[in-house]
Amino acid sequence: MSVSEQQKAAYVAGQAADARVRFELETEGMTLNIGPQHPATHGTLRVIVRLDGEQVVWADPVAGYMHRGYEKLCEVRDYAQVTTLVNRIDWLGSFCNEVPFILAAEELMGIEAPPRAQYIRTVLFEMGRVANLTLFLGDMAAQVGALTPVFYAFRDREYVLNLIEAATGGRFHPNFDRIGGLKEDLPKGWIDETKLVMRKIRHFCDEIDDLLIGNRIFEERCRGIGVIPRDVALEYGLSGANARASGIDWDLRRDEPSVLAWKDADWKVWTHPDGDSFARYWVRQQEVRESTRIVEQLLDGLPSGPIRAKTPARIRVPAGETYVHTENPLGEMGYYVVSDGSPGGPFRCKIRTPSFSNVSIVPWLLRGVYVPDVITILASLYFILGDIDR
Amino acid sequence: MTGVLAGTFLGIHAAYWNATVLRLVLALGLALTGAGTFVYVYLFKMVSHLQSRLGPMETGPHGSLQLMAEVVKFIQKEDIFPRKADRWVFAGAPFVVIMSTLLIYVVIPVGPRGVVSGLDVGILYALAVSSISVIGVLMAGWASANKYSLIGALRAAGQLIAYELPLVLAIVGVVMQAGSLNLQTIVAAQAHFKLFGVGGIGLFVIPQLVGFFIFLVSAQAELTQTPFDMPIAESELVAGYMTEYSGMRFLVFFIGEFATAFALAGLASVLFLGGWWLPGMGAHWGHLAWAREAVGTGVMFAKVMLIGFVIFWVRFTLPRFREDQLQAFAWKFLIPLSLVNILVTGIAKVAAHG
Repeated sequence: MSVSEQQKAAYVAGQAADARVRFELETEGMTLNIGPQHPATHGTLRVIVRLDGEQVVWADPVAGYMHRGYEKLCEVRDYAQVTTLVNRIDWLGSFCNEVPFILAAEELMGIEAPPRAQYIRTVLFEMGRVANLTLFLGDMAAQVGALTPVFYAFRDREYVLNLIEAATGGRFHPNFDRIGGLKEDLPKGWIDETKLVMRKIRHFCDEIDDLLIGNRIFEERCRGIGVIPRDVALEYGLSGANARASGIDWDLRRDEPSVLAWKDADWKVWTHPDGDSFARYWVRQQEVRESTRIVEQLLDGLPSGPIRAKTPARIRVPAGETYVHTENPLGEMGYYVVSDGSPGGPFRCKIRTPSFSNVSIVPWLLRGVYVPDVITILASLYFILGDIDR
Repeated sequence: MTGVLAGTFLGIHAAYWNATVLRLVLALGLALTGAGTFVYVYLFKMVSHLQSRLGPMETGPHGSLQLMAEVVKFIQKEDIFPRKADRWVFAGAPFVVIMSTLLIYVVIPVGPRGVVSGLDVGILYALAVSSISVIGVLMAGWASANKYSLIGALRAAGQLIAYELPLVLAIVGVVMQAGSLNLQTIVAAQAHFKLFGVGGIGLFVIPQLVGFFIFLVSAQAELTQTPFDMPIAESELVAGYMTEYSGMRFLVFFIGEFATAFALAGLASVLFLGGWWLPGMGAHWGHLAWAREAVGTGVMFAKVMLIGFVIFWVRFTLPRFREDQLQAFAWKFLIPLSLVNILVTGIAKVAAHG
C-alpha cells in the first residue's frame, strides 16, 4: 500500500472510530502524530494514533522517512562496497549486517573462509549483539521512566564498542568482513580484555535484575501489556526475541546449518510463554548473557591458521542466486542475492530486515491500549529505524 | 527577622519596609537559592554520580558555575510563541505557576524568628496556594495549541487534584498532635512533645511515620517527579505542558519546579523533622539569640537537603506509573491509609491524655 492509500485508509478508519465514540458519548476523538520527530521512536518512525481520551482507538505506523535506497544502491556498487552500505542498516550492531551478505557472496563463489575467520566472525557478531541489546536494556527502562539504567547501558556498551574498534578500526561501522575471510587478525591482548568485558556485561545484566526485574512499577508497566499470542506472532512474521517471547522456540543460530561457529559453543535459546512487553525484555536480557558466554567459549577454542582464504584479486561472482539469513540482534535478517555473472555488484539484492516485519504488528497491537502503553509496546518491540527503512 | 532600615526610606516609614518589602525580597532570594541549590547539588551532581557519570565539570570548580551558564543560556534564547497559541494565556502561565510557589515561602519558618508571616492558618495556607499551580499548568497546556501539551496538562490537573487530598490528610495527623495550624507552633510542639514520657526526641516523624511516608509520596506527585511524572513524561509527551515553551518562560517553569521541591521539602522538615529545632537545642540562649537564629537556619537547611536527597534519589531510580495506576494508587491506597492514620492518631491522642 502506498503512503497516500495508507493515509486514506487511516482517515476512513478514524472516521469509523469517531462514529463509534460519538455513538456512546458525545465526544470527538483526537488524532495524534507520534513522530516522525519524537523521543520515543529512536529515529523517524511516525505512528498515527487515533485517541479517545487516553485510549488508542486505532493506530498505524508510517515507515519510509529514512529510506535510503540501499537495495537499489547495492546494484550499482561492487561486492566490497556493499558492506559499507549494509553497515548502516541496523547501526547499533553493524557487524551483524555484513556477515549474511558476505556469506551469500561466498556461497555464490563457492569459497569458504578458514575456521579462524569463522570463529572471529562469530565473536564479533555476538559482540554486535551485546552492544545492541545492552542499549535496548537501558533504553526500555528510559521509555518507562527509569533514567538510571540507560546510563549504565551506555557506560558498559562503550567497553564493547572499544573492543570492536580495537579489532576492526571502526567503532560503529566496522566494515571488517571480506569475501573469503576478514580484513585483519585480532590485535594482541584483545582476547583477555574481551573476556573481562564480557564479565562486565554480565554484571550489567545483574544490575538490571536489581534495578528493574522485580521492581513493582516496572512489572506493572510491562506485564500483560502488548501481549502477542503465538499464532499472531507467526502470522505477522515476527522474528528474533519478539517471536521467542511469544513462546516460539526458533533461533537461526541453532536451527539453521551455518558455517559460523555457533554450533561449537554450548548455549541456550531462551523463550518466554507470556508474549508481553516484560517477556520481550526478559528474553533479550537472557540473550545478552548467552552471547557473552558464546564469546568466551569461542575465544577459548579459537583455532589458529590464516584468516583469509585465497580469493581472486578481482572479485567476480558467477551467475546464480542464493538467500542467506542469520539471527541478528533484532531478528531474522536475510539477503537474497542474484548475480548475473558480470563484474561489479549483484544484479539484485533483496534485504529482509527484521524490524520491518516486527513493526507490522503495531496496528494490531496498539488497539485499545493507553497512550503510555504505546510507548512501552514500541520500546519492547525494539526496532531500529535504519532497519525498517533501508 | 529584625529591622534593617531605620527612619524613613523613599518617604515611607522604615517599619513598613522591614515588615513587608524586605521580607518578601528575602523570601524570593530564599526561593531562588533553594531552587538553585537543588538543581546544582542534586540534579547536576548527585544524579550524575548515581548514574556513574560526572555531570557538568567545565564551568567553575567541579562545574559549580554551570547553573549561571544555564540561566544565561535560557535568557538569551528566543521567546517563541506558537502561531496558534493563545498569546496572553501562554505568556502568563509560567508566572501563575511560580507565583503559587513563591507564596508558599511566605509561611515557612527558617529560624526561631525567621518567617515572613507567621499566619495562624499557616499550613492550610501553604497547601492552598500550592494548588494554584494547577491553573497555570492548565493554562500552559491549553494555550500552547499542542496536543502533547494538552494531554500533559490534563494529566497534571488530574494528578495534582488526586494527590492534594492525601497531602492534606497526611498533615491532619501532625496538626492533631500539635494542636495548631501555625508552623512555628508546630515546631514548638515538637520541641515539647514527649514520646512515651521521654522528651527532647519527640520529632513528629516518629509517631507520624505513616503520615511522613504519605506526605513524601504525595509531594513527589505534586512535583510531578518520577515515579509520578506522567504529565511531563519525556519519552511519550516530549515535555508535557512545557513542550512549546522556550527561553525565559521555560526557565520560569523550571525554577518553579525546583523551588516547589525546596518548599515542599521545607514543609516536610517543619512538620515531621522539627524544622529549625534540633533535639537538645535549648529555648533561651540569652544574648546569643542571633547565634540560635543562625544555628536554627543551618539545621533547617540540613533537614531540607536530607528530604531533597530522598526526593531526587527516588526520582532517578524508579520507572513511572501509568496514569490509571497513579490514580488508583492515590484513591485506593494513599487516601484510605491516611484516613486510618488520622483515626489511629486520634485514638492515641485521646488515650495519652485519657
